[in-house]
Amino acid sequence: MAAPRVGVVTFPGSLDDRDAARAVRIAGAEPVSLWHGDADLKGVDAVVLPGGFSYGDYLRCGAIARFAPIMTEIVPAARSGNLPVLGICNGFQILCESQLLPGALTRNASRHFICRDQLIRVEAADTVWTNGYSPGQELLIPLKSGEGNYVADPETIAELKRDNRVVVRYVDSAPNGSMDNIAGVTNEHRNVVGLMPHPEHAVEALTGPSTDGLGFFTSLLAHLTGSTPVPETAG
Amino acid sequence: MSEEPRFDTVAKAAATPDLPQPYTELGMKDEEYARVREILGRRPTSAELAIYSVMWSEHCSYKSSKVHLRQFGEKAPDTDVLLVGIGENAGVVDVGDGYAVTFKIESHNHPSYVEPHQGAATGVGGIVRDILSMGARPVAVMDSLRFGPADAPDTQRVLPGVVSGISSYGNCLGLPNIGGEVGFDAGYASNPLVNALCVGVLKHENIKLAQASGPGNHVVLFGAATGPDGIGGASVLASASFDEESQAKRPSVQVGDPFLEKLLIECCMELYAKDLVVGIQDLGAAGVSCATTELAAGGTGGMRIELDRVPLRDPRLTPEEILMSESQERMMAIVEPDKLDEFLAVCAKWDILASVIGEVTDVTPEEEARGGRLVMTWRGETIVDLPPRTAADQGPVYHRPIERPADQDALLADDPAALPRPSSDEELRDQVLRVLAAPGICDSSWITDQYDRYVMGNTVLAMPHDSGMIRIAEDTDRGVALATDGNGRYTRLDPYVGTQLAYAEAYRNVAATGARPLAVTNCLNFGSPEDPGVMWQFAEATRGLADACQALGTPVTGGNVSFYNQTGSTAINPTPVIGVLGVIDDVHKRVTSAFSAEGESVVFLLGETRLELGGSAWADVIHGHLGGRPPQIDLDAEAALGRVLIDGAAAELLVSAHDLSDGGLAVALAESCLRGGVGCEVDLGDDAFTALFSESAARAVVSVRPEHETALVDLCAKHGVPVRRLGTVGGSALTMVHRTGRISIEVAELRDAYESTLPALFGNK
Repeated sequence: MAAPRVGVVTFPGSLDDRDAARAVRIAGAEPVSLWHGDADLKGVDAVVLPGGFSYGDYLRCGAIARFAPIMTEIVPAARSGNLPVLGICNGFQILCESQLLPGALTRNASRHFICRDQLIRVEAADTVWTNGYSPGQELLIPLKSGEGNYVADPETIAELKRDNRVVVRYVDSAPNGSMDNIAGVTNEHRNVVGLMPHPEHAVEALTGPSTDGLGFFTSLLAHLTGSTPVPETAG
Repeated sequence: MSEEPRFDTVAKAAATPDLPQPYTELGMKDEEYARVREILGRRPTSAELAIYSVMWSEHCSYKSSKVHLRQFGEKAPDTDVLLVGIGENAGVVDVGDGYAVTFKIESHNHPSYVEPHQGAATGVGGIVRDILSMGARPVAVMDSLRFGPADAPDTQRVLPGVVSGISSYGNCLGLPNIGGEVGFDAGYASNPLVNALCVGVLKHENIKLAQASGPGNHVVLFGAATGPDGIGGASVLASASFDEESQAKRPSVQVGDPFLEKLLIECCMELYAKDLVVGIQDLGAAGVSCATTELAAGGTGGMRIELDRVPLRDPRLTPEEILMSESQERMMAIVEPDKLDEFLAVCAKWDILASVIGEVTDVTPEEEARGGRLVMTWRGETIVDLPPRTAADQGPVYHRPIERPADQDALLADDPAALPRPSSDEELRDQVLRVLAAPGICDSSWITDQYDRYVMGNTVLAMPHDSGMIRIAEDTDRGVALATDGNGRYTRLDPYVGTQLAYAEAYRNVAATGARPLAVTNCLNFGSPEDPGVMWQFAEATRGLADACQALGTPVTGGNVSFYNQTGSTAINPTPVIGVLGVIDDVHKRVTSAFSAEGESVVFLLGETRLELGGSAWADVIHGHLGGRPPQIDLDAEAALGRVLIDGAAAELLVSAHDLSDGGLAVALAESCLRGGVGCEVDLGDDAFTALFSESAARAVVSVRPEHETALVDLCAKHGVPVRRLGTVGGSALTMVHRTGRISIEVAELRDAYESTLPALFGNK
């Protein structure tokens, strides 16, 4: 069977789109470029909203991107549970602005941009994007963001915990001040995942701090092809 | 007959030859103004005066430095790696497999003092456009920073502002920041140095040049609309020293929009891929004046511009202001008529504003002899009619007076060998920690953690390693390494030797990662060229760099001069910052500065250690002393050390390699331990103090697996590099034994000293 096709959206100001495409390719899928201005998913099996500063992050991170023509296709398909969507960093912000995921990402508590190799712990290993990991598994993945401080009202936080929808947490403490050390969350259908850290930068030993990030992409493949996920040791 | 225009025109200039003109206020000297009149055969119009004043400013014309910079060409080593040399926006170097790399470093010092965030941000933006205009995709940035004392109140304003400016602009642009340096010295208190470097990658056949060729081709201005940013910035901000009035200059600092620049990059990449431009130039200092005169000068020499067609952010701008505006994120391209529609469609796709503002014209032999002909109109009237080469290429050239400063001998005689040395192991231990914790030496991650080093996915090495290294493309193992270095203290003591030491350090840093040094860029930060003492420093520094580059076979590909870094009559320590670019065939073989915590390894010191403390970190940190002679320079020894490091990396002998520079062996050992998270035990021999703190050049600390000891010693013997086995890696402490005692510092204590300084001064990350 042909390799699954995974769309990577380029908004004006997307920066990690090539990196996301590379991760998709290393995982064994075919990356497909999607353009923000085209309301066309080109028949892809899943979508990655990459990191960056879409539309300059003017107004508010992700606030303009949610109105892009491509989002009119992505949002209903994702909301119905049919289309797997991974939002990384700015992509996570866009997912929150699109109300596909609850909560919001605000300025880091330190008020500084933070780039560092961050240890995170997998909490929910039953999403489309994390089924290849084990609960409690620790991953070393780059975090690089200025507005990664996850906030939500107490009811939402309680609901996320109750439904095991916190996908990953920062180990020890959140460098950006996120509530409950939340680094990533999922929706009710567990097909949409938003992550502040960047797994696409941890897929090659040469250029990343580890290859721990590849598992997000191989998990998707396992989900799409119904096979057992390949352990994320390649690279 | 229409009404007389309210603005100055060529016709008016001819009719009113004696009209007084404000050339002095624009920074022009009497004789420069007289020369403009001679070139034009009449008085210049106010628009022409604007063009000449910015193009002949120190910043754009290099009028004081030109006679010295010529050496870089005259002494250029024989090499076939240079595809484009000095004079273009940036030099282009062949790195093999059909790939080329272009890189350049540029200063944005004065704006960064006036408005640190925007000053530094637009510094990044400007150098990125230089690289872009060569036809390359920018792939990484670095920055070299100098501030006043770390604990000075104004440094609290300047440093965080500069860092946030670099961070926000570079991160938003999607360019990894792979390294650089930071230093502190009282001399930089009102003259911070913000030097930004950018590197780009391209295929040989895609090189673009600033040439307006092909009469009938369109001149297209694209990117941001033009506003009143930085008007006069080139001549007023960059060419005059600060004084009490500098606060009043705030509005003349440009404001950047990195999002627009990111779109501009992607737009240009698509334009290049579709072969839609004949020539291209970025708009930096002197804006439209510079782009039009330089493009015309580099092409047929003829161009006609309708200035009314420049899109404006503020409709009240006068033609003179449009010509001088330094609005950011603008480019100018020369486009063939049959490709214009496609060009405009690509711009529209990226939401980039693009306007045809003129065309390339032919010149008559008479016009050619005068330097071409650039004509600009405004409201239908001719306001500029000048030979563009006279503005772009034939600016004034000064042979400034040169005089060795009177205090130079006293400075050299003040030998730090006379300073009190530690009298006990306890004191020696304390001094190691104090030097390690000094703001210019300690961990700089408070700064570098604000920069994205991962984006683009090709970063192989970034700070804190000796060089930044990137894989040049995903489909190749080839990489380039880059390091920048400069030491104003050495250069103050001896500008010739100090500049060579800066070059040698960058060369060593590149070699330490396993890359072969290929080419050089430089940013020469000095005081006022009108001070003969400063000009002596400048002359010595340029001679030193040209000689060193000739000796080691690395051509200077371009660079930048920043004069007037002084407050009142006090100049900064002369600070040439030298960038060296190297190539590595297989990035998987790169070597880091970290000791390995796994398995056994043996530590060696390569090179010869002499008692050399002049300008050292020890003299500065422990005694606040600057005097004596800097370490001696031996370029043959540098080349030999480089060969050992490069061959050792290629043969996969080296577990780690770290160059010795500020703080000598003490700092190098501590850093290798810290980066590996492991201790080591070494024998310092008879004189622990000299072994630890001397800053003799041409040295490195390497570690190898025990089975490779002999191979390393043989390699050193082959190249004539002195080698000494220091000890072994392991344990949790840096332990140093010597003839009369022993010092041991737990790695955790080293870490505390090394990592606490900047957070304590500038707040937690």
